[in-house]
Amino acid sequence: MSGTQMQSQASTDLGGDRMFVWGMLIILAFWSLFTVARSADPLMGAHAALFLGASVIGIFAMIAHRTSGYVAESDSYEMGVVKAGVFASVFWGIAGFLVGVIIAGQLAFPNLLYFPELPWTSFGRLRPLHTSAVIFAFGGNVLIATSFYVVQRTSRARLWGGLTPWFVFWGYNLFIVIAATGYLMGITQSKEYAEPEWYADLWLTIVWVAYLFVFLGTLLKRKEPHIYVANWFYLAFIVTIAMLHIVNNLAVPVSLTSSKSYSLFAGVQDALTQWWYGHNAVGFFLTAGFLAIMYYFIPKKAERPVYSYRLSIVHFWSLIFIYIWAGPHHLHYTALPEWAQTLGMTFSIMLWMPSWGGMINGLMTLSGAWDKLRTDPVLRMMVVSVAFYGMSTFEGPLMSIRAVNSLSHYTDWTIGHVHSGALGWVGYISFGALYCLVPWLWKRKELYSRQLVEWHFWISTLGILLYITSMWVSGIMQGMMWRAYNEFGFLEYSFVETVEAMNPYYIIRMLGGVLFLIGAFIMAYNLWRTARGDVREKEYVRDANIAAIPAE
Amino acid sequence: MSDKEIDQPTGVETTGHEWDGIKELNNPLPRWWLIILWISIVWSVVYWILMPSWPGISGHFAGIRGHSDRENVAIAISALETERSAQMQQLKSVSSINDIESDPQLLQFVLEAGESMFGDNCATCHGAGGQGFKGYPALVDDAWLWGGTLDNISKTLHHGIRSTHPESRLSVMQAYGELGVFNGDQINDMVEYVVNLSGRDANADAVARATPLYQQQCVSCHGVDGTGDQTQGAPNLTDAIWLYGGERSEIYETIKNGREGVMPHWTDRLTDEQITALAVYVHSLGGGE
Ligand code: HEC
Ligand code: HEC
Ligand code: HEM
Ligand code: HEM
Repeated sequence: MSGTQMQSQASTDLGGDRMFVWGMLIILAFWSLFTVARSADPLMGAHAALFLGASVIGIFAMIAHRTSGYVAESDSYEMGVVKAGVFASVFWGIAGFLVGVIIAGQLAFPNLLYFPELPWTSFGRLRPLHTSAVIFAFGGNVLIATSFYVVQRTSRARLWGGLTPWFVFWGYNLFIVIAATGYLMGITQSKEYAEPEWYADLWLTIVWVAYLFVFLGTLLKRKEPHIYVANWFYLAFIVTIAMLHIVNNLAVPVSLTSSKSYSLFAGVQDALTQWWYGHNAVGFFLTAGFLAIMYYFIPKKAERPVYSYRLSIVHFWSLIFIYIWAGPHHLHYTALPEWAQTLGMTFSIMLWMPSWGGMINGLMTLSGAWDKLRTDPVLRMMVVSVAFYGMSTFEGPLMSIRAVNSLSHYTDWTIGHVHSGALGWVGYISFGALYCLVPWLWKRKELYSRQLVEWHFWISTLGILLYITSMWVSGIMQGMMWRAYNEFGFLEYSFVETVEAMNPYYIIRMLGGVLFLIGAFIMAYNLWRTARGDVREKEYVRDANIAAIPAE
Repeated sequence: MSDKEIDQPTGVETTGHEWDGIKELNNPLPRWWLIILWISIVWSVVYWILMPSWPGISGHFAGIRGHSDRENVAIAISALETERSAQMQQLKSVSSINDIESDPQLLQFVLEAGESMFGDNCATCHGAGGQGFKGYPALVDDAWLWGGTLDNISKTLHHGIRSTHPESRLSVMQAYGELGVFNGDQINDMVEYVVNLSGRDANADAVARATPLYQQQCVSCHGVDGTGDQTQGAPNLTDAIWLYGGERSEIYETIKNGREGVMPHWTDRLTDEQITALAVYVHSLGGGE
């Protein structure tokens, strides 16, 4: 490295970022080499080999980076990592939806998609692959990419930490590959949404703390007097997820070369910790993070000011405060003491308005620009997303009422609730953000095609409606059948009969999923053409003509 | 950058902050929003007072209604038990099917109970209506492995078949091929013999060759004429009903590898009355002897 480069590095970050990345890569390489050599556990061996491969690639990349003599312009924004995040989001989104369709198919046609000689294709392994792929791989990459974009633009500061954001991006995606391959090989600690084993958890902890530092560092360098509301939400998301992840994953490995570990918690304490984690994964990953997206992308796309500053403060703090207590609503009528269930339920009820505060702020930001919904399908997608957010945060408190939960718990109603939040809210706000980001990042005036966005919107909206309505019907029917008694107090239906009754709805759900997946493919194509700089001339010429007529 | 201004279409003042072109309006909290928020808080506080809620140093506040899920469940279960106690008492003293059949009310109760319990405990293996699957016998026909009288069925349920119960029904259809009793050709001959027994066309030479082997090895269980023996759970080979399939390849597998179907015993899971009800239900399915 030449002297001038050294200087320009030193003037930004003193090269500490490189030392950190090198240090991590070398530690990882040594640990994985040791484990590959010593482990008697073939699964751990496979994962250590994966880690080893990744660290070797990382080391080569660092050398190549150094010899290329690339010097970051310290006064510009770091948008390369955001572009990479956009790419990863689309990739993992499609992968996750595809696995969703496959497991929906397995539930609809259990014999057709059952291959006993291929254990990795079993529902039990593919289901966590789906949930992790959509939440952590798709959702997580969207959150990392958009947060890196938003924090820079709203702070007028380049991302802190030189290469650290890239470490966060690649480190996070390495975690995802480890998690996903682990599920397929049968590695799991059996905590829903926290299935990866101890070594993957440790790696994620390092990556996540680096993420926190990048985000905080950028906020600290900001050239704006105040911190924009989207950044409060991103920060809440990053800090809380760190806390939840660490506590819920406290475990003792069998040995340093074994993939298996034992949780620090047991019995009902374990269940409560798990759902404290699980519910706040919903609250801070799938809600706070995506609210941050909403707070930047909706005003930006609608070109309207945020509806109410005061509402954003009040609903932010009430949301943060109340969410943390609502976890026990996942454990109604279980071994969890009743008083804890009462508290979980009441805090869920109190969570209704704080949640709707976000919805109001999102929707009312359009006041004065409602007409744009007709012409701008991207904005429409985001607004429909906020409507789904409102719906699922009404449904959630309703389901947390113990009397209602006694019907809905364990049934497909929960699955319907999950997916109205997941497909409607998380999916649509993410798609909206991606449709915004690609033209902005690749400096294109317009999307390749707005009509394709229309197609995406209508096809996947139909898909979501099929999905959630079929699950409502199936879930409520299932709950009613379970609790039906005959005159002597004996159960009216056997379990198999309820399973049989759900079959048609499972087929409808799968069709809904297929439509949603098709929509995602359309988006991927459209975004790719946009990034390449293509424009579907036909459309825009026609639009121009229409616009031209009144002018004549 | 703190220039408050009036937003055009809405006429509301902004806060004067701006980030990347995004401004904020200074709208107050929506009234209805605040009202519902307060209602939900007040409602929660009332609920805390009525129901078990906040924990303290020793135990938790029990709530002025003194509500308890666990007590309620215990009460509901004992209420159900009293409701059913008359019939259950009658069932306890039953010794033969006639006692139940002569009391239509009791019979209806028993059949309802049996059907419900069959769905929960047995349908996974025997099918929802007891129609059976390969390896899991149909309970709706009159072909019985271990006998179809009420007593036989009841004994099967109590003790199981090749189960972990000390008095389990036991017998083995041994693996004649694997154990080296027969070679491959002999198994093939024996398959023809069994096919012949069930009244289908078979290779006469093979049947002739297998006849002495059958006399030596099989009669003790399946009988000279092949009609089986219910005391040993040996199936009738002359009917068209097959537990493990009647194709030549399936019979070949049965003789080569043996068969040992396992039916769990239910004394650990169900009460005697429940088992009686199940036995009556199974007996009523169509094939009871
Ligand atoms: C785990 C699977 C399984 C379950 C559950 C099960 N069974 Fe069975 N059952 C079997 C098998 C296998 C056999 C045949 C055993 C053999 O090959 O001799 C059998 C045999 C029987 C027989 C004897 C049939 C005959 O022809 O003699 C009866 C009666 C019976 N089961 C009733 C029940 C009832 C009633 C229940 C529910 C309480 C039940 N079974 C639950 C697997 C099961
Ligand atoms: C010790 C008693 C015993 C002897 C000896 C015996 N079997 Fe069996 N056999 C059984 C029993 C018991 C079963 C049922 C196994 C089960 O239910 O899992 C059976 C089942 C069968 C079946 C399957 C019937 C069906 O419905 O699928 C065939 C075929 C059969 N035996 C043929 C033979 C032949 C041929 C021989 C002589 C080589 C033989 N068995 C000797 C006890 C015996
Ligand atoms: C093509 C779209 C999708 C399809 C077809 C699909 C299908 C499924 C299926 C079949 C299940 C299992 C349900 C069960 O066990 O009964 C499931 C579970 C789940 N999915 Fe999806 N899914 C899709 C998209 C998504 C998205 C985008 C997300 C999140 C952002 C998501 C989050 C989840 C979660 C969290 C669960 C677990 C729910 C629970 O345990 O209660 N899914 N999905
Ligand atoms: C006020 C907000 C919300 C409340 C009070 C709430 C409440 C609930 C309740 C009561 C359940 C059912 C628990 C059970 O019976 O097992 C549930 C499940 C779930 N909800 Fe929500 N919900 C809210 C918002 C959301 C949102 C916005 C999303 C997604 C983006 C979401 C995702 C989920 C998931 C993934 C589950 C399934 C968990 C599992 O069993 O695996 N929730 N929620």
